[in-house]
Amino acid sequence: MELIVASSVGVLTAGGVYLVLRLRAFPVILGLALLSYAANIFLFASGRLRINAPPVLQKYGEAVYTDPLPQALTLTAIVIAFGMTALLVMVALGAFIEAGDDRIDMTEADDAGKAVRKDGAA
Amino acid sequence: MSHWIIAPIILPALLAPLIAYVMRYDIVLARAASFAGALALVAIAVGLAVLSADGAVHVYDLGNWPAPFGIVLVLDRLSAVLVLLTAVLALIVLTHAAATGWDTRGRHFHALFQFQIMGICGAFLTGDAFNLFVFFEILLIASYGLMIHGGGKVRLQAGLQYVVMNLAGSTLFLIALGTLYAATGTLNLADLAVKVREIPIEEAALIRVAAMLLMVVFAIKAALFPIQFWLPATYANAPAPVAALFAIMTKVGAYAIIRIHSMIFGPEIAATDGLTGTWLFPAAAVTLAIGAFGVLGARRLMPLLAFSVVASMGTMMLAVAAFTPWATTAALYYLIHSTFAAAALFLLADLVVSRRPEGDRLDPAPATVQNGLFAALFFAGAVAMAGMPPLSGFLGKLMILDALRDPQFMALGWTAVLAGSLLVIVGLARAGSVLFWRSTAVAAHVPAADDAEPRPEARPASPLEVAPTVAAIGMTALLAAFAGPLTDFLDAGSRQVFHAEDYIAAVLGPQEVPEVPQPEPDAAEDPVQEEG
Repeated sequence: MELIVASSVGVLTAGGVYLVLRLRAFPVILGLALLSYAANIFLFASGRLRINAPPVLQKYGEAVYTDPLPQALTLTAIVIAFGMTALLVMVALGAFIEAGDDRIDMTEADDAGKAVRKDGAA
Repeated sequence: MSHWIIAPIILPALLAPLIAYVMRYDIVLARAASFAGALALVAIAVGLAVLSADGAVHVYDLGNWPAPFGIVLVLDRLSAVLVLLTAVLALIVLTHAAATGWDTRGRHFHALFQFQIMGICGAFLTGDAFNLFVFFEILLIASYGLMIHGGGKVRLQAGLQYVVMNLAGSTLFLIALGTLYAATGTLNLADLAVKVREIPIEEAALIRVAAMLLMVVFAIKAALFPIQFWLPATYANAPAPVAALFAIMTKVGAYAIIRIHSMIFGPEIAATDGLTGTWLFPAAAVTLAIGAFGVLGARRLMPLLAFSVVASMGTMMLAVAAFTPWATTAALYYLIHSTFAAAALFLLADLVVSRRPEGDRLDPAPATVQNGLFAALFFAGAVAMAGMPPLSGFLGKLMILDALRDPQFMALGWTAVLAGSLLVIVGLARAGSVLFWRSTAVAAHVPAADDAEPRPEARPASPLEVAPTVAAIGMTALLAAFAGPLTDFLDAGSRQVFHAEDYIAAVLGPQEVPEVPQPEPDAAEDPVQEEG
């Protein structure tokens, strides 16, 4: 159980970081989604892993319960990450349509005032 | 329990959807509502500042849940002064956006603006780490919309970069919060302060990781050294009024570092002793150097101003990194000053750039209308930003130098602040002379050499358009004039932050002392049961 959770967080993070570093809109969006999954699983695990336990205190039963707070936090984080991903897709689409190019980095456009593009990158 | 504490969050939160849905086709109505909201916010913020001046820490339990279980809003002097700063800046920026017509160049400017204000005020007021994350997301999602307001190729690309950067930062924030919760079992700031004090140094590995992760997250917002690179591209390509509003956004990161790393992971806490200052101080010095060299090397006005913001953040964080009450006072004074100075310069740049055929490139060009007025305003703004005597930047830097007299900070701190100031002065002087002095020479020598004359549409700025810039510069003059009372207030505020016992007692109740390990078993059983 611990091994599965820990390695899934690790694999998702590694994949996410790799994809974010691709600096193209679509891989970056996927990478950020993977990173947010990794963060959610990590957040979930921060309340200790426990199977078959309710997230509430039982008044009459034994005091076995899993911490409900990380579950609530994860739920919030999922909602926010989902909304942010949707927004990111829209912004990326807008940038792609305007620029005809899905690069994330800005090359020398900042300082030269017009887009000077390095060719052959990525 | 005063309900006014939540007003700076509720007011924009109610106003924004109203503007978005009811007034979406009526810009006059939207402007009026937005203005009314901004004015009311200033009034509320003044009221809160007066309320906080009694020295007590005011707590607002959301939903009336007691502190470690429910989310609390906390008003102390630090929060109050920053909410007031936000409100005044919002009013200035809103006036500029409406006067220059920026708010009509895209949809939903006023709604996004109000959401942005809501997020910033919430981040300043909240007493819960996860709630801080939520307010960060609110202010960020509004800032994404504002950043790409008006559209355009370069702006959308810069906006995409900004969104990606901050989404990565948000993910890191979540991981930091998870680590913090795993180590302490709470996310309430006061409760965290108690729990972190109890952790012995041998078991502090996890909490040290959490502290550093949180610092990285806030450093992204505050544009500190390894992760400052997003700021110049973002601020330079954002609409100018939005860039002026963003002047407060970097300060949200700085506030979070002051609040969390002074109060929870403070200097005398065993578990994180000296951890943050060790890294923050050199990072701030490098940030200042990058900003100063960026100002010197920029070939366009907007990146130049953006780099001057980076330099001012570096200066401020030098003082924050000392983690003493007086240094924090200096940092807070400089924070208020640099917010207005940056806003003034960005607003002025908008007035100038929109009238120059060259845009914001620092090339000599024929003088535009009102060259003298703009030159004088730029001079005043540059004096404020660079920290020259008449305006508040000088006092701010003087206080920071005074606060960094400790031998372990003095060599690096004084060198960085003084050399950085010199570079910023040179850079701003060069920009000003190219924009305003050499322009008159060009106009005299080659009056009709150019084939196309795009100048006729450059119309003079109306008094209403200039007023926000003048107001922002006037605020720095006021800061200098009333430096004494303000510094007393800020000093009391930073002592309050470093004296965490008051905060803890106000939030968790007076019976709570840092030695008590488990306060909740009998009293709180029923609420917990219902919460799930």
